Amino acid sequence: MTPEPSEPSADAPARAIETVFRIESPRIIAGVARIVRDVGIAEELAQDALVAALEQWPREGVPDNPGAWLMATAKHRAIDLVRRRERYARKLAEMGRNLEAAAPHGHVDEPADPDDIDDDLLRLVFTACHPVLSAEARIGLTLRLLGGLTTVEIARAYLVPEATVAQRIVRAKRTLAAKSVAFEVPYGPEREARLGSVLEVIYLIFNEGYAATAGDDLLRPALCEDALRLARVLAELMPKEPEVHGLVALLEIQASRSAARTGPSGEPVLLKDQQRSRWNRLLIRRGFAALARAETVSTGAMSTGGVPGPYVLQAAIAACHAHAHTYEETDWARIATLYGLLAARAPSPVVELNRAVAVSMADGPEAGLAIVDALAAEPALRGYHLLPSVRGDLLERVGRVEEAREEFERAASLTRNERERGLLLERARSAH
Amino acid sequence: MPRYLSMIRIDEQNAPAEGPSDALMERMGELIEEMTKAGVLLDTSGLKPTAEGTRVRWEGGEMSVTDGPFTEAKEVVGGYAMLQAKDMAEAVEWTKRFLQIHEAHWTVTCEVREIVEG
Repeated sequence: MTPEPSEPSADAPARAIETVFRIESPRIIAGVARIVRDVGIAEELAQDALVAALEQWPREGVPDNPGAWLMATAKHRAIDLVRRRERYARKLAEMGRNLEAAAPHGHVDEPADPDDIDDDLLRLVFTACHPVLSAEARIGLTLRLLGGLTTVEIARAYLVPEATVAQRIVRAKRTLAAKSVAFEVPYGPEREARLGSVLEVIYLIFNEGYAATAGDDLLRPALCEDALRLARVLAELMPKEPEVHGLVALLEIQASRSAARTGPSGEPVLLKDQQRSRWNRLLIRRGFAALARAETVSTGAMSTGGVPGPYVLQAAIAACHAHAHTYEETDWARIATLYGLLAARAPSPVVELNRAVAVSMADGPEAGLAIVDALAAEPALRGYHLLPSVRGDLLERVGRVEEAREEFERAASLTRNERERGLLLERARSAH
Repeated sequence: MPRYLSMIRIDEQNAPAEGPSDALMERMGELIEEMTKAGVLLDTSGLKPTAEGTRVRWEGGEMSVTDGPFTEAKEVVGGYAMLQAKDMAEAVEWTKRFLQIHEAHWTVTCEVREIVEG
């Protein structure tokens, strides 16, 4: 995050209140959404509670439990709103909503039961990531409602105009209301697909930060961290889901390499050239722990034929790299095996391309080249710069230098990332 | 989203002899759970007393090793928490919540410092 210019100290109380609000806002929006059944209205009511705090706290002092105060205020307003709607509905001689079912248990001023808050947050996660929304809308809504990012911050992260993001979010809320998307956690047969959608949203956010598709910087670490935080929160909300822990493990281990992935002038540094002492040991340890949790819960859960899910498999691959103190120590045979399992579980040309790299390291470049050449006609990879980039690397290793050079140049012409283009052109020049 | 190290300093001479009360430990457990659920808490632990610690010092090309207790220190690090937060204000807010669960007879100072990345 770029630091905000420091405000004059007269604003200090307001800033402190805004900080509390930022911390609490996902929970407040979630709690209110359960009452009003509309995330857009819930967000407005949460904002109203913030305004009330900004008016009252500087005058009357900050309450002992500011989070509970904000929650109670927002929920009071939500209940008022529902009541007004009901009166209106009755006047129209329609069926009114049963308020008892919507109102929170017990008295509103009491701190909410942590379990209730968790359930509400989970409902908010599944609603924000609902498949009726486009991927962009899901990402925007998730970052806004759960990540607590402003539209300005999201726009900056994605290098698009703020108006575009604001519009996307407004439309997303409208779509949810128009399609009467229920504010609930899915159970039964659709649960797995819906969870897949949630994990994908977090993964896409992380990847946008990890391999910036456009612009000058290779990395936008803030987005990685936002995604990682969302994943960690989800793991605590859904502790029995192996794939959630798998996603956390994958992101923790990927993030551990951030500092080593760029050189002094911001140029990308390949995995084999990275200074492994710069990998963050804490994040690696957390990644291993998350992977262990995934394995623990999957032994007790119903797993699909004993094969781990795609996130757990990817995390296991990332863990192989993290376990190797030097590039030479990498267990490529195991990585190739894991990619084989991944290709069977969640087949995709990109997985196949990665499998080719692992196989080339385990069994030699010829073996890898055979897999890559089979992908040459893959329409999904047309325009994907990593295909010619990997092929160039393998060709160079088997001594077909001229062809390698052409592939590196082709890859350079396909990437949208300036840093990466420079690296590929350099490889084309130095191929030998 | 930077990471912050909160160094929890206490005055060992004047800290409550009986240590943290059961009620405090329970509140601590609840707060740790809440901070973990919020994705804020990366790591936290208490440290054994300085009486069991050792200082290793390098000065003027000479190494010296001193075993605790270190009498001249008023407040010493008694624990730490590593947080990931959007900014210092957020890290400070969580730190306040940690301090607030202590009874009034505790004197605790948390020094919150941003961790250098990269």
